[in-house]
Amino acid sequence: MATKQHDGRPLPTYVETAAEDGHLRSLLNDCVHCGFCLPACPTYQLWGEEADSPRGRIQIVGQLVAGAPVHGAAAEHLDRCLSCLACVSACPSGVRYGEIIEEARAKVERANARPLPKRLGREAIFALFPYPRRLRAARLLLKAAESTGLRKLLHYHWLSSHLPAILMATERLAPPVTPLERLPPRVPARGPSRGAVGLLVGCVQSVFFSHVNAATARVLAAEGFDVIVAKGQGCCGALSLHAGRMDEAARLARKTIDVFRAEGVKLVVANAAGCGSAMKEYGRFFAGDPPYTEPAAWLAERTRDLSELLAEAGPRAERHPVPMRVAFHDACHLAHAQGIRSQPRELLGQIPGLELCEVGDDTCCGSAGVYNIVEPDAAAELGRRKAAAVRATGAEVVVSTNPGCLMQIGAWLGSAGCALPTMHVAELLDLSIRGGEAPRRPLTRPST
Amino acid sequence: MSPSSPVAAAVKALGSVLRSGALLTDPVELATYECDGLTNFRARPAVAVLATTAEEVAATVQTCARFGTPFVARGSGTGLSGGSVPRSDGVLLVTAKMRSVLSVRPEDQRAIVEPGVTNLAVSRAGAPHGLFYAPDPSSQQVCSVGGNVAENSGGAHCLKYGFTTNHVTGLEVVTPEGETVELGGMAPDTPGYDLVGAFVGSEGTLGVATKVTLRLLPMPEAVQTMLAAFADVDSAGRAVSAIVAAGLVPAAIEMMDALAISAVEAAVRCEYPAGAGAVLIVELDGPRAEVEEGIAEVRRVCEEEGAFEIRFAADNTERAAIWRGRKAAFAAMGRLSPSYIVQDGVVPRSSLGDVLHEIGALSEEAGIRVANVFHAGDGNLHPLVLFDDQVLGEEERAEELSEAILGLCIARGGSVTGEHGVGLHKLAAMEKMFSPEDLETMLLLRSAFDPEGICNPGKAVPTPRLCGEPPRPCQGSHPLQEAGVAEIF
Repeated sequence: MATKQHDGRPLPTYVETAAEDGHLRSLLNDCVHCGFCLPACPTYQLWGEEADSPRGRIQIVGQLVAGAPVHGAAAEHLDRCLSCLACVSACPSGVRYGEIIEEARAKVERANARPLPKRLGREAIFALFPYPRRLRAARLLLKAAESTGLRKLLHYHWLSSHLPAILMATERLAPPVTPLERLPPRVPARGPSRGAVGLLVGCVQSVFFSHVNAATARVLAAEGFDVIVAKGQGCCGALSLHAGRMDEAARLARKTIDVFRAEGVKLVVANAAGCGSAMKEYGRFFAGDPPYTEPAAWLAERTRDLSELLAEAGPRAERHPVPMRVAFHDACHLAHAQGIRSQPRELLGQIPGLELCEVGDDTCCGSAGVYNIVEPDAAAELGRRKAAAVRATGAEVVVSTNPGCLMQIGAWLGSAGCALPTMHVAELLDLSIRGGEAPRRPLTRPST
Repeated sequence: MSPSSPVAAAVKALGSVLRSGALLTDPVELATYECDGLTNFRARPAVAVLATTAEEVAATVQTCARFGTPFVARGSGTGLSGGSVPRSDGVLLVTAKMRSVLSVRPEDQRAIVEPGVTNLAVSRAGAPHGLFYAPDPSSQQVCSVGGNVAENSGGAHCLKYGFTTNHVTGLEVVTPEGETVELGGMAPDTPGYDLVGAFVGSEGTLGVATKVTLRLLPMPEAVQTMLAAFADVDSAGRAVSAIVAAGLVPAAIEMMDALAISAVEAAVRCEYPAGAGAVLIVELDGPRAEVEEGIAEVRRVCEEEGAFEIRFAADNTERAAIWRGRKAAFAAMGRLSPSYIVQDGVVPRSSLGDVLHEIGALSEEAGIRVANVFHAGDGNLHPLVLFDDQVLGEEERAEELSEAILGLCIARGGSVTGEHGVGLHKLAAMEKMFSPEDLETMLLLRSAFDPEGICNPGKAVPTPRLCGEPPRPCQGSHPLQEAGVAEIF
């Protein structure tokens, strides 16, 4: 890991200071303990225990600020939070719970408060996920495992019960390996240009959901945007930020900021809800880090979710009918973190013949970044519930705006014996714009 | 908790009678239960039991009774009078995990539920059958039926439908001695003493409900919700009196003043008419023709009293939008002030305007802001006394102001609590409202259920105590006993 910034100065470490605790304390003070967040919280729904509710966690963070040890129960209950931010939507007092849990998690990280196996598991995840090159290697391994039947072998009872839970959770969620679709550095707009937008291709998204990125680029181009696939980009830092790994998050975020600033784009489009919400938080995150304060705010202001941008710009390309019954699942980091609910529905509504049905249960599906790997039991129960709610709609396909949700819901629908296809909104729009027979634009080249 | 403390033996015994995982002993986890929705009273329980069955509740209470350990029951912890504040020397019995709707009987219009079921979940369970559960506290999506029973909770629609007590027909209760008994049943009323009536609103001092039979009502054919904006609280107050005087029985008449409106605007952007000094929310329900006729009359009355803008909800979404502001009002005070006290006084409806003026004067005198949100139809005021607990002495001044407001309510022939209960918060006010004889009679009822004084001790009714006397009600013989009128069992 680099220990210096590009200008040679040492990387600032995220140091616990009195000022930081003062900030946390003022955030905690906004909570009036009314409990309106309880029914919105997935873990409270599961267990009905105060310590696993937002109100209870806020209370626990208050204990930490007052000097209680981070080890043991405190770390455990903070870890069990999905950071879905449903509580933020439910809160009448405007408590900024997202910031509270981030700072609290940073405390857990700094204190090394987790038991060793948990710590090693997390280190492994964060040594892999934010790095597309390592992910590509992992993809090849997974592909080999698939073609040799090894992946199926893992499901034998004896083997699955003797392997680490974290490995089994990862395997369960990993989607079938699809061909890697690589994007050129620039995809020109069709027709008169509405401006150049950067596209965040992401880490996991770029390796396991490259077809979603390709669809996103095609849709943007068809709608009149020049798509700049900024070179050298990697993980935006969202996974680390939401896990309280502040130094790592800062390093990844700085790189993302640098890459897009160098391109001088008008807007930057994210097609993963978690990434978009983290990038919109960059301004706040770097507020006390002067060389990056302004650039971070620059990127934060320009970040748009794909559905947000398309709904605002209005449709230009013709939509062909897609006669399908579609269940739409709100990604928490789109609905609760970014307040984007109507836009994806509006876009789906523009597709002729498409029948949109709501998944009645708007609780988090349990994906939540790396949550379904580090807290597999809770995530499994939430996944099962969500799969049941999706099944009840009678839809033929599940659509969302976040790769994590699609993986999680797809996996649990599969377990429930109802293997519905999952699609990103971008894929569905792409399908509609291209029409049934329309050939794909020569945009991708086969992977090696 | 030291190993030799009196509660330690009870905790050890609980460990052997309960399933593993039901007992919470970690101090960090226990601290999350140290207060309810009124945060200025706090205590960390010695131990908490997260019960999942009636049997676990009974086993816990029996153990407490055996060791003479005080216990406090708690539902969702949204109470506003400190009624479920734990005892640091006792057991907190949490029923939040007991959340099964056991049965819905549409033909009988009853639902039987566990105490941890939320108020709103009851209405949701009734909805497929065209039924709903009428009492609707603002916290209905989170507050539990067990807590509603303990506090005899009200809500906006209690004007027409009555409080919790009018909707509970039967209870399964674990008495403070650990016995499981059935009170009432499915019938609207049972012969003999109204023990259900005594239990509902007893603030957790007569036992722990483990099963509750609730009355469900058919959903009204039509509902019409109206929002009227007035220049000031006086004209809005007059409109309330005029609506009732016209012989109308709205399901709800709610009022909010300018400060309360500014808080909810910040919280939920409910977009109430700009420049309103007060808004009234009036809701009528029932047969369509009756509602239509009634709402026209309400509109006429409001306009006569000077309403400058009137809106009607065209559909359920708009209706929800009107209510969103009102239901979020308490918690939204967090936008205006770091801390607040929710007061809960009742005055005769006709003196609403005067009392509001007097509250305004008191508030100005103390230099403490007071926002007013209230069930105007019931004359049930909820002044929200705003203060900053970081400012030295401000909390005390706020408490004084809040006491003074209750004084006003008593002086007007009202009450110190409409629906939030006495808990810890209004113990002192009880002494102002009732004579010592009244209070002693209440304690006599209490000790009939709880002779050892271990069931939510120190709440609801002030316990007269001498220096060094152990905290239990009715030491020695009661005057009524001496007179041969009553007997302690």
